[in-house]
Amino acid sequence: MSGGWLEPWQQAVAALPFEWTEFEFMRLALLAVLIIAPLLGALGTVVVANRLAFFSEAVGHAAFTGIALGVILGLGNPLWSMVLFSLFLTVFVAWVRRRGGLSSDTAIGLVMAFTVSLGIVILSRGGDFARYTKFLIGDMLGISAGDIASLGLLAVAVLSVFLVFFNRLLLASVSPALARSRMRRPGAAELLFAGTLAVTVTFSLPWIGILVINALLILPAATARNLARSTAEFFAWAVAVAVLAGVAGLIVSFYASTATGATIVLVAMGIYLLTLVGAGGFRRES
Amino acid sequence: MRGLGVSRRGVPVLENVDLHLHCGELTAVVGENGAGKTTLVRCLLGEIPHEGEVHFLDAAHRRPDSPVIGYVPQHASFDRDAPISVLDLFAASLAARPACLGVSRGVLDQATGGLARSGSVHLLHRRLGTLSGGELQRVLLALALTPVPNILVLDEPMSGVDHSGREKFYELLSRLRREYDLAVLLVSHDLASLARFADRMVFLDRRIVCEGTPAEVLRDPRVREAFSLEGLLS
Repeated sequence: MSGGWLEPWQQAVAALPFEWTEFEFMRLALLAVLIIAPLLGALGTVVVANRLAFFSEAVGHAAFTGIALGVILGLGNPLWSMVLFSLFLTVFVAWVRRRGGLSSDTAIGLVMAFTVSLGIVILSRGGDFARYTKFLIGDMLGISAGDIASLGLLAVAVLSVFLVFFNRLLLASVSPALARSRMRRPGAAELLFAGTLAVTVTFSLPWIGILVINALLILPAATARNLARSTAEFFAWAVAVAVLAGVAGLIVSFYASTATGATIVLVAMGIYLLTLVGAGGFRRES
Repeated sequence: MRGLGVSRRGVPVLENVDLHLHCGELTAVVGENGAGKTTLVRCLLGEIPHEGEVHFLDAAHRRPDSPVIGYVPQHASFDRDAPISVLDLFAASLAARPACLGVSRGVLDQATGGLARSGSVHLLHRRLGTLSGGELQRVLLALALTPVPNILVLDEPMSGVDHSGREKFYELLSRLRREYDLAVLLVSHDLASLARFADRMVFLDRRIVCEGTPAEVLRDPRVREAFSLEGLLS
């Protein structure tokens, strides 16, 4: 897709009086950050509340096997094999949990170790692993207008699912028994959310990086917990912190010549620590 | 409920349970751990497949298709630091609008009205994690009464609540079932309190071992044995 539709954005950002806005890759990266960061921040509220943090970490790491499958199948862009594999993993983990044979962190830990190893073994055949390190740390500055369009569509779809099922997920986080008594099939809502989460993480991976993506889900929500007293405040703070950390991290990474994903995470971590100290003081007072 | 039965992996958990719940009556179900009490509750809520029949009859002995069942769960083991207020809990249960986008005026009124029934309006804006065990159960009771149900089901609502909190809760429950003519099914271990507040008592051990007034049931040697044994073990 050509980037003509982005022309108004390009002009508006370029008009800002900063050095970094003079570069097209930075203007595109800024737009990508403004889509990905709040999206991950919003999903993160449910990830934290419903204890899915380890699951989302595993989905990110399982991308190794997703990429490997793409290579074996001869796909030019392994994104679709990554997405399909992450969905398979979602269903598989849900199935293991449902059978109840293993506690879910043990089950997820085993699956993660297996998928990471399998992916690395396949991708490293013939000493060619270096080609895939871009997935490890992400490449936000390499994003194209077409990629941004796909991310935008993804964000709309994901947020719709998120908002429709939010109440069910919230009630299930307090008491699964209560949720079952008042809602139709909260278990199905959780599975659907996990699938949506898996797709979102996988789509964001090439830009953020496998190694740090989970932090972008968890840190804004963890920060928001230090500040919020209600669900609406929790959600608003998580999105706000994600946007702030995303934009600040992008700009810092430009001037410091560092990987964008990891820089954003460090900024988010800084904000988290500030609120932790602040919340400690607040709790002592109240 | 007639001829109710549930098996798990071929092992019967409940067998041939016949039980009538009447409006305005508090029926207590007692029994040891693993006696099938929670399974019975889940059958009534329509959550698990079972043998036998569950019918709901109104005053004219017609069968309303779907009675409203209010449910108070066992002491919930949620994250105490979660930023969820009492109002959020009502909003998530009652509203179509996602609670993360704020709470409408209508839900606010419903929540206030519901909390008034259990005398806990002052808890509306408190975070769930800051409530005491007794306060939380009063909030969950208020939620179960919004909208006012035909049947109220409570599954060990008072585990983890101190003695005075329990007494207050049972008094409240006793008053509400008369006020709203509720059929109440209460699963509990509090024999002393139940003896005072329940109208009927059922001793369950996979099937109904005995039932009657609390005084009758508590005199039964099988019940006495089961609970003194339980007392020794704990």
